[in-house]
Formats: sequence, structure tokens, C-alpha cells
Amino acid sequence: MPTLTIDDQQVTVDQGTTILDAAKKLGISIPHFCYHPRLTKVDACRMCLVEVKDAPKLVTSCSNAVRDNMVVFTGTPKVEEARKSILEFILINHPLDCPICDKAGECKLQDYYFRHSRQPSRFKDYKVKKHKVVDLGATMVLDSERCVVCSRCVRFCKEVAGEENLGIFNRGDHSEIGTYPGKKIEHNYQGNLADICPVGALTAKDFRFKCRSWLLCKVDTICPGCSNGCNAVVHFTLRSFDGIKGQRVFRLTPRENNDVNKIWLCDVGRWGYSFIDSIDRLTTPALKKGEDFVKSDWDTVLRETASGLKTVVERYGPSAIGVIPSPHLTNEDLYALKCLFSCVLKVTNIDFKLPGLDKGEGDKLLLKADRHPNTRGAELLGLSGTGLSAEAMMEKVKTGEIKALYLVGSDPVKYIGEKAEEALSRAELLIFQGTNFNASCKLAHVILPGATFVEKEGTFTNYQGRLQRINKALEPLGEAQADWEIFTRLGKRLGSYPSYKYAEEVFKDMAREVAPFTGLSYQKIGPQGIKLTLPEGKS
Amino acid sequence: MPKPILSKNFGKKNAHSLGVYIQDGGYEAMKKALTEMKPEQIIQEVDKSGLKGRGGAGFPVGKKWSFIPKEAPKPKYLVINADEGEPGTYKDRPIMECDPHAVVEGAIITCFAVGIHWAGIYVRGEYVKSIERLEGAINEAYAKGYLGKNILGMGFDLDMVVHRGAGAYICGEETGLLESFEGKKGQPRMKPPFPAIVGLFQGPTVINNVESIAAIPHIVKNGGEWFNGLGAPGIGGGVKLFPVSGHVKKPGIYELPMGTPLREIIYKHAGGIRGDKKLKAVIPGGASAPVLKPEEIDVPMEYANLAKIGSMMGSGAVIVMDEDTDLVKTLRVLMCFYAHESCGKCTPCREGTGWMAKIIKRIEKGEGESADLDTIVSIANGIRGRTLCPLGDAAVGPALSFVTKFRQEFEDYIKVGAG
Repeated sequence: MPTLTIDDQQVTVDQGTTILDAAKKLGISIPHFCYHPRLTKVDACRMCLVEVKDAPKLVTSCSNAVRDNMVVFTGTPKVEEARKSILEFILINHPLDCPICDKAGECKLQDYYFRHSRQPSRFKDYKVKKHKVVDLGATMVLDSERCVVCSRCVRFCKEVAGEENLGIFNRGDHSEIGTYPGKKIEHNYQGNLADICPVGALTAKDFRFKCRSWLLCKVDTICPGCSNGCNAVVHFTLRSFDGIKGQRVFRLTPRENNDVNKIWLCDVGRWGYSFIDSIDRLTTPALKKGEDFVKSDWDTVLRETASGLKTVVERYGPSAIGVIPSPHLTNEDLYALKCLFSCVLKVTNIDFKLPGLDKGEGDKLLLKADRHPNTRGAELLGLSGTGLSAEAMMEKVKTGEIKALYLVGSDPVKYIGEKAEEALSRAELLIFQGTNFNASCKLAHVILPGATFVEKEGTFTNYQGRLQRINKALEPLGEAQADWEIFTRLGKRLGSYPSYKYAEEVFKDMAREVAPFTGLSYQKIGPQGIKLTLPEGKS
Repeated sequence: MPKPILSKNFGKKNAHSLGVYIQDGGYEAMKKALTEMKPEQIIQEVDKSGLKGRGGAGFPVGKKWSFIPKEAPKPKYLVINADEGEPGTYKDRPIMECDPHAVVEGAIITCFAVGIHWAGIYVRGEYVKSIERLEGAINEAYAKGYLGKNILGMGFDLDMVVHRGAGAYICGEETGLLESFEGKKGQPRMKPPFPAIVGLFQGPTVINNVESIAAIPHIVKNGGEWFNGLGAPGIGGGVKLFPVSGHVKKPGIYELPMGTPLREIIYKHAGGIRGDKKLKAVIPGGASAPVLKPEEIDVPMEYANLAKIGSMMGSGAVIVMDEDTDLVKTLRVLMCFYAHESCGKCTPCREGTGWMAKIIKRIEKGEGESADLDTIVSIANGIRGRTLCPLGDAAVGPALSFVTKFRQEFEDYIKVGAG
């Protein structure tokens, strides 16, 4: 393993490590545009030039491997002069439209200019005119004048997404990114192009002109779009006037996790966040009066729900209750649900497995056919197979054997169709607890508004059995509450139930009771998640 | 004057045909190489010949061949660079048009020496006649059994093809050429890996200029020492073709010993300045070579000597400018050329060449400002040594040398306005 000196600090790295990566190990960041750790190298932007002792010229640190006893300097006047010069070259034809550029605030060119240049422009001639507002497909817009021709996007499409519709056209300072004639970008990973574009050349239609990047708060989360559990960051604003009225969450971006999603996020997951602030969010508890729902308050609906369930159990026994939770819920939500129904009310008819839950269209990279983030968690908590299946419950509701049906974020009408619709409309008591209005909710007698994944703490277990945390970014919309919280409040009204105040308390109990979680804590899970030790045949 | 070697067939009737070529002793060297010599011996002779790459970089040919690994998981290739695009250079074209079999024969010997079974020649797209003549020569060689399977019954196979370029200066840069050869956009590759290890279609690849390859049969036939001895005393390195253009009485291609003084080329061989005017400037090695002033032309035309005075041998193309030449216009033409031909892959060349062209165009129009010349110098310094391939440095050569050596002329333009 070669040992080298970078800026007077010694470091030992693996054979073949680049100077840039070796410097990173020492906490020295070398500016770069074209280099991306997950893409092939092209050595094109020349921003990462550094001085190597005894080398005749500055060398590109992104592509040159270290040698034993190499002496590297990353901040000498010669290096700084080169950076200044490269930045000046890029800026001569770059429009100074930062005030209206979506990338401003998180733009590499802007950052590097302020860190390494800050010189006024010496350019007195006309800038090269290039195409602006180029539609590259369903989701991305290109501004060629802002482009620094780093080719990250071209390499991403080819190397990661496996689609060669993007290329660089023309030569010299007329070089421009574009799609081949008659082609558009079509893959499911387009959003990453906006992430990896070091400048504002590629912007997502979904985010364009909606909010300044510096007004956005960021919290680590897990994409709830499928069972892959991609690590993500949710970008949101706490003040309604910062962006679009009524919109709090503006985007989801990927967070690096080599074991799960590398550094990418698919479009299905990335742009699936809109339900959080959508118009069909359930924001107040409600009761059905005649054909309509009437706004109510928590006390009333919890009382109604509790007494309804109690009555059914007393009159018909626990087998007259059916519970269908959704694998969208966190482990904490599901564990709290299990405590309430299984332990307190002795209900056995609990099944999250609506037919067709895992029948989406997946791909080879990240997207899984099962579009639920916590199917594995629901399985590990035993929320299926203890009593009737969800489908059988529908039959029993229809025959009147099941009197009360409790839906938690689930939508039997969507998955089963007419049969479910008929059954649900015949239920004596249909309780819907969830985040958004849906076809099943429409038939409910009681509505309990739940919190979305960005409005609560919790954990998901992905398809590999990796336990990962989600964090609370925002307060639940309106009067909505985390599902585990709702169960805690209901539990108190129905019997002996722990008074959970935090999701972490629910987790602690779960870790004590449920085998694969034994010995774990939020701290142990950490930001990158932890692989559960699963019983044999389940890994 | 010794007998010409490389240019002996220039202007000779039907010299491009196999019959005439063989009558004149053609393919004797190939026979000698394949039947009497071991590959290592051939490489030794080429080493001894002092032959340096005639494309511009001047890398010793024998050394280049020796970098090719003996055993490689991928096929090895010979690629002949015939993308002659350096402004002022027109020496490869007559070789291909009048002496195509010398290229084929040189290729066969090279491939035998390095253990290659597939050779391609990448020809500048505009060189239609060269392409026709090369294809003709290759077909004749196949028919005669000099190409194809089991050449001369020695168990050596070689296929050879002509690949036509589409008109890009950057495709003369060896890795840009390889990309283009593979059917991709012609842009230089990151180095390392060098083509000798990872070249055409990822295989180890020898890339040689047409003039280098055409010299190989002569070296094999007469020996490396003989060729080396043809160079100027104390300099060696054989003979070289010098295409002379510009304001001379007899522009043309001159085959002369390596190390012939530039003054002798201009005043003796090319007949001196047209109209007996005064010499103002000379570009000694194609557009990319820094310009020389009249007092600098006693330099021997040879790699190290030219480098010593801050210029370069390049392709050996001598461009002569008399006292009436407008150097602002000349530099504008050159700068527009580089801006047009920059491939756009790396930042300094992509942006810097365009910027220099814009400034010089503005100065030419009479709208220059006093700071412009310093800006050009600083742009050039910003490009120099920082680009992915030599094109950036090639643009810097004329820019820096014109503006520093003839600064007054540029300042006059800025002060007084256009001519």
C-alpha cells in the first residue's frame, strides 16, 4: 500500500487510489466537475489539477493514481492560479443568471468561484449562444448555456441507466448536450441527472422555479416508493411563503448507501412525495353523517372508535373484527397496532397482504415490484397468517360474520375491486386510518388522519432485511397523528396499554419482544441502517 | 545531393502500381524482413536508424514498438495515422498518392516486427485520391499474396484496411483517431492508459505516421545505421520531407537530411523569398510550432535544436512570411482554426481557443483594447500544459509567439485601428 504526502500530511491508501480520493481521506477536498465516484473518468474539466513534486506539469488528481512517496500539494499558488483560470474559462460563456437559476446555492461553479476565484470578468466579447429550455423528456429541462460539458449526464445515462439517448453535439465552445434525433430520455432514473449536474444545466421540471435551494431544510429519510428502501433526503420548507403555497415538501434526493442504492434514486420513488401535501390529505378526524363526512375532533372519534370496537368484541367476540394494515406503515406503527389488536383485543384476523400488493413493475437497478417500504417488517412482525386473509375477510364482512373492519392506510377496493367495495359498504363499522382519501376511505364510518413518512419517526425493513430509520421533518398536516400515537390513545381507552410518547419507546418494546430486532436501538441502526439477523430461509 | 528516398516516386509515372514498384526494388525489404530477419532484429535496426515519429511528436519509432506487450489478451493493432491536418503540412499525401506500396510494405514489416495481424490506415477524408491509391495498392498486395494469410509462405498473416476520416483536426491526435476509428465521436482519451497498452478496440496498438511507415522498408533494406547517417552530421536521424509553403520562390516538398538549417531550406532549396523581399517570420513545423523571427532561422531543423529555441519540429512544414504579411490577420486565421477544431472535451482548450479567436478578431476589426494582448498571453498560459491532449498547446504555440515576438505590430493595430 503506497504512502504519500498531501499538503504535509501523510496518508496510506490502497494501490490504485487516485490522488483525489487519497486527499479526501485526509479531509482535503479538491474541486472537480467531471469526476463522479460512480461514473467512468474522462479527465475533461481540469478543475482538479494539483501539483506533484518533480512532475513537469500540474496533474489531474481525479485520474492519476498515487505512488509510494509521492508528494502532492493541493493549495499552492500554482494550483490556485490554475483553478482560477479554469473557472474563468468556464465562466466566459456561462450566463450570470444565478438569481433565476434553480441550482444557485448548491451549484459547484458558484461555490468554486467564491472559494477559488472571486475575480471580475475580463471577457469583453459576445458569449456563445446555445439552446435554452430544451425538453429532454418527461421530466428534465436543459439549459445548454449553463452547461460546463462535464459529460456526467451522458455517462450516467449510458453507464447507470443503460440508455444511450443523450450525447454531446458540435465541437469546441459550441459543444452542447442533447438527445439524438427523435429520441428523448426515457429511463426511470432521470431525476439523478439534476442531482449530478454540477451546475443548473439540467433541472427537473418538478422543481423548477418552485423554491430557492437555500430556503430548504433537509432531513434524512428513506424513500417509501418501494421495498428497496433507498436512502434519501427530504427537502422541505417550514414557512409556507418560501415556495409554492401549500407545498411544504419540494423534493427527495438520494443519500449515499453503497449497500442499498449506491447514490441514486429512481423517478417513481423520487417524485412519489406529492401525496404529502396533496389536496386529498386527511387532516381532521371525521365521522360519517348520512352520505357525508363531518369534521370532528380526536376525543369524539377515538371515543366512537373505542366504543364501537368494544361493543363488537363484547357481542360477537374478537373474531368479528378484521384489521388490514398497509406495509407503508413503520415497524413502530405496526407493532403498536399489533399490541392493540392482538394483545388487548385478542383479534386474530390481521392481514396486510392484500392480493397484488407486490405486482408493480420493477427494474434491475433499484425499483422493486413491491411498492411498499416495509413489507418485510410487516412479515417479521407476523401481521399475516394469524387469522383470516384480507381477501377472506371481505367474504366474512359480506356474510356478516365480521362486523368491524379497521383499515390502516390500506385500500382493499384498489387491490380487490368490486368485491371489496361491496363488502366494505356492508360492514357495520368501517374505520379508516390513513394519510390520504381513497376509494376504501370513502366507505368508512370513521376517519382517523394519519401522519406521512416525513411527519414521524420510525423504521422500515427493506426487502433485504435491512432496518433503516426515517426521521420527522415536519409536523403532521392539520390534526393528523402518527399511527403508533393513534393506537396508543385508542389502547388506553380499550384496556391496559403502554403510554408511548415517542416512536423510540415503541421501538424499545419491539426490540424486547420481536426476535429479529433483539438488542437493537435507534442509535445502533445509525444513518446507514443495519442488516437484521433473520431466521433461516428468510434472508 | 544524395538520391531521394522517401520522395523518389513523387511525380513518377505509374509509380503507384505494384509492377513499377517491384521493378524499382519494391517489396525486397519485406522479403528480407520476413525470410531473413527476426522481429527483434527489425526493431533493433529501426532503433539504430534514429527514426523519430514524423507526425509531430517525434517519439522514437523503435522505442514505441517495444512498448507493445508480447503477449496480450486482446488482438494487437497497427494504426497508420494519415489524417494529415496540420496547417502547412502536405507531405503524407504525395506518399500515399505516388508511393502507396511503400506504406503497405512498411506496414507489413512493422506488423511482422511487432507481431500484429491487422493494420488500418486512417486517412483524412478529403484525401480522396490517397484513399483510392491506397485501396488499389492493398488490393494488389492481396492479389500478390503480400497481404492475407501465410505471407510468402512464412506463416505470417496480415489484413489491412483503409479507414476514411470525416474531416476533423482532432482525429490526427492519436487517441482521438482511435475513437473515430471505432466509430465514435473523435475526442481524445484519458492517458494513461497509453495506446501501446490499451488502444484500438482496447487492444495494444502501434500508431505511426505515414512518413514513418514509408521509411521502414528503406531502413530494413539498407540498415538502420545507413538511415541514421543520412541525417546532418552530428544530428543523424535520417532524411525527412519538408513541405515549404508561403512567400518563397519555389514552394514544395523537399527531402533533406534531418538537421538541415532552416535558412538553407528557405534560401537554397525553396529559392528564397518571393520578389526578393525581406523575411518577416517563419513557422518551422506546421501551424502549431511557435513562430521564428528572421534572426532565428539558422537553427538546424531537428527536434532538440528547435525545442532549444522555444519552437518545435512538428510535421516539418515550413511556412514562410515576407515583410508584407499582416501578422494580425495571420494569427486570426490560426486562432479561428484552433477554435473551430477544438473538440470541446476539456475546459481550457474548449473555452480558451474560442476566447483567443474572439479577441484577435476584434483587434483585427480595429476594436482592440490595450489590455487585450496581456489577456491573450494569460489565456495562453492558462491553456498551456493543462489540456487533455496536445491541441491546446498547439494553439498556444502561435498565440504566445506571435503576440510576444511581434507585439508592436499588434499594438499598432490596437492604437491605430485596422490597417
